Amino acid sequence: MSTMLIKNGRVLDPSENLDGELDLYIVDGVISDIGKGLEANADETIDATGKLVVPGLIDIHVHLREPGGEAKETIKTGSRSAAAGGFTTVCCMPNTNPVLDSATGVNYVRAVAARDSLINVHPIAAVTKGQLGKEITEFGDLRFHGAVAFSDDGMPVYDAEIMRLALEYTAMLNMPIMNHSEIPELVGEGVAHHGRVAMKLGLRGVPRAAETASVARDIELAAETGGHVHICHVSTARACELIAEAKQRGIRVTAEVTPHHLLLTDQAIETFSTMARVAPPLRGAEDRDALRQALRNGTLDCIATDHAPHTDIEKNVPFQEAPPGMIGLDFSWALMYHEMVGAGVLTLSELVARMTIEPAKVLNLSGGSLAKGRNADVTIIDLEGTTQITRETIKSKSCNTPFLGKQYSSKIETTIVKGRVVYSNGQCTKLEAISHP
Amino acid sequence: MTSPDSNVRRICDQDSVESSVAELASYVLNNLPANNRAAIVGIRTRGWVLAQRVFKRLADSGQAGIELGALDITLYRDDLSTLGSQPIVGKTEINFPIDGCTVFLLDDVIYTGRTVRAAIDALIEFGRPAAIRLAVLVDRGHREYPINADHAAIEVETTADNIVEVRLLEVDGEDAVDLITR
Amino acid sequence: MTEQQSNLDLPLPTGSAESDSIFSAATPYQKRHLLDLESLSRGELERILHDSEGFRQVLFRPVKKLPTLRGKTVVSLFFENSTRTRTSFEVAAKALSADIINFSVSTSSVSKGESLYDTADTVKALGADFIVMRHHSAGAPHFLANLMKEVSILNAGDGCHEHPTQGLLDIFTIAQRKKRIEGLTVAIVGDILHSRVARSNIWGLTKLGAKVRLVGPRTLIPTCFKDLGVETHYKLKDGLEGADVINVLRIQRERMEANLFPSIREYVLMYGITKKRLAWAKSDAILMHPGPVNRGIEVDQDVADGPQSTITEQVTNGIAVRMAALYLLAGARDT
Repeated sequence: MSTMLIKNGRVLDPSENLDGELDLYIVDGVISDIGKGLEANADETIDATGKLVVPGLIDIHVHLREPGGEAKETIKTGSRSAAAGGFTTVCCMPNTNPVLDSATGVNYVRAVAARDSLINVHPIAAVTKGQLGKEITEFGDLRFHGAVAFSDDGMPVYDAEIMRLALEYTAMLNMPIMNHSEIPELVGEGVAHHGRVAMKLGLRGVPRAAETASVARDIELAAETGGHVHICHVSTARACELIAEAKQRGIRVTAEVTPHHLLLTDQAIETFSTMARVAPPLRGAEDRDALRQALRNGTLDCIATDHAPHTDIEKNVPFQEAPPGMIGLDFSWALMYHEMVGAGVLTLSELVARMTIEPAKVLNLSGGSLAKGRNADVTIIDLEGTTQITRETIKSKSCNTPFLGKQYSSKIETTIVKGRVVYSNGQCTKLEAISHP
Repeated sequence: MTSPDSNVRRICDQDSVESSVAELASYVLNNLPANNRAAIVGIRTRGWVLAQRVFKRLADSGQAGIELGALDITLYRDDLSTLGSQPIVGKTEINFPIDGCTVFLLDDVIYTGRTVRAAIDALIEFGRPAAIRLAVLVDRGHREYPINADHAAIEVETTADNIVEVRLLEVDGEDAVDLITR
Repeated sequence: MTEQQSNLDLPLPTGSAESDSIFSAATPYQKRHLLDLESLSRGELERILHDSEGFRQVLFRPVKKLPTLRGKTVVSLFFENSTRTRTSFEVAAKALSADIINFSVSTSSVSKGESLYDTADTVKALGADFIVMRHHSAGAPHFLANLMKEVSILNAGDGCHEHPTQGLLDIFTIAQRKKRIEGLTVAIVGDILHSRVARSNIWGLTKLGAKVRLVGPRTLIPTCFKDLGVETHYKLKDGLEGADVINVLRIQRERMEANLFPSIREYVLMYGITKKRLAWAKSDAILMHPGPVNRGIEVDQDVADGPQSTITEQVTNGIAVRMAALYLLAGARDT
């Protein structure tokens, strides 16, 4: 039996409506007790005085690149990046090489994660074989082998009939389809938001309708089938309205938003910075403001980083030739705390919810809560600290982020997965010291 | 003497500048070629002003048929790449055939000889003059190139830290020559 | 002594005694590169245009050569085909006594997937002082400029972004004819969406106080262009009425194939500049075209060759402007 006591921290768990100076007692990786001034002998005691203690953060949309893209990221480095960012659970997208479209692929990721990962890694499997949009995958078998959702992310599920059938089938399994909802013809060769900045720079634009028309389709298909559609990385104001209306109608639609769409606009690409090239593109200020409102009122369920590592070599090219995407796991908490709580968009409790219990609910994951009997996935945060984003501090294998060189308030102090410290004070724990059950 | 102007010594006032210009004009007049055309070409900026004055004096005295031209030597300078500066590019106005013409080249000051070298280079791009004669207002010595004026109205002994400043009414608001010691 | 007439019509020196230019030379050009006109100040634009006048003169001399850039190397790096711009830069560099080397992209390893970074690094190592670059990607010269502080980069067209020397030569040509830029109305007609010429013209002209109108079908002038401080017109007549300058852009067949307009025939019917339509503009309006002209398509034959056309002047002026750009970059100190 191994025990841990986290003492005197401000425990904030929106799932349990907890907010107060409490102690947390962990036995064999499971939360055993929670209360004021717990008297218990523990193998390990962490003094969290003056610190914030929250359920381990959850990111349901990351790209860990393994297998096939190991130059950008591996499950090992991605898990270190996540641990450093306070994340105890991530769900990784299947657009690897080969695509995770079979039990073999899903099992491979789970096996590598069991060997190399500091945190919980759940694979998302492809909707269509090879993500080619033609034949649906073996949803039932994939679920059996541990897939937590289905997505062709990187690309939309293009064929409306395939999408309809996928939603019908997965409704039976109670699993969501996470769609990168864009109409490919409207995206075309587009690399930036269709607006003043793209016009000025001579870059091909992506109109808002590329997203909104596709979101409308997905909502109608979810309504028709009763399936659960999750809209990835919402970027437009109008898509928020469509989602809000659909939720009111009781349609099973959920949605996520990325830190970069909440923080940046297309102004970030004015210097042709490839770091700020993402898909969907950074849009106008009115969209960014609407996304913030929608996150606040719950239209957008959760924050997801869409952590998308690319090497310096790949990003060190002219703008339109650079692959879209930026990393986010290392520092998204600080970005969000500094910008969302700091600007009064979200309360601290709302922010914690949108990075813990809310994403857990979207994918029916067991984490995001400090309730007794749950796995002891815990993150300890120093709200008085600061997070520096530098090439030296980033634990991801890639450093593609426009936030490089910036500094944000608050700092991840300690990350605990199943009762074991995986990250503390700037250092990831050595893998040998941890063996997950 | 404590005034900040204490290191400025006026060598020529308005009258002596004017008489020096008259001297340059008579130099040109006395050396006009017998058998070919002649032109007065001034190096921008102040050589060009002097050239116009000399030209006017000759015209007023009834001497016709002399050409007048302006030379901008910016692009012929040998210090462009080392200087890292961007002298403003002016216009060269040589609107007559230079072949077989005797050119009286006018400038305000001759010092190292580098400007005149550049001016000769610039000039011969337009053709093959019969002769080039150099006439200057002030010769201050310290030549670096083997070049001499055919005629200098004023000769001044200077040291390397002296600056000879020729001021002309048309561009500086007064006629004067000052010797400035740094 | 011959009886030749004297040059008594030479302007007598005024205040500056230097220049009768409408452009001021008061501002130095301190940038290491010439990447776009958007980032230039009005003063910097005026300085380039001012100095261009001095260089234009040289082009009419019997010996069209200056020693200014002796010993300097200009490498032209064209990732897209171009005869006009490339040749113009070549003539400009040679007139300044620079050595010019054509780095042949199509036959080099670039076509075998060498990265732009490596290509440029090679060119730098070969001793280039200037890189004249055309690239199909917007921002490609900016990308290189960030990597190479010692070499001056001249953008000769980057994707649909900018073509700064074309913008400068167009403005220079307007100034030669109209003796001013401030207050003029300039109509740019055609495929604005894909035109780097249009963008450089928009920035340069608006900074110098001209009014710019964009004229063409809506598919080629998305409404967000209005945010750039210009007027947009979809009816040719509205766009041309009262214009001092008409700058017609080349229309490309592949745009029709992409359904941006239904047919060349319809484009000619709606936007082709005929003699009759030219009369909608001011009677002394000038007609410009960056070339090569599709005669009978965007411009009628008799208009292209007519007295209002400046098409051949633009070619000469292009050399002068490029000489000025090379000269000023050679003397610039900043990065």
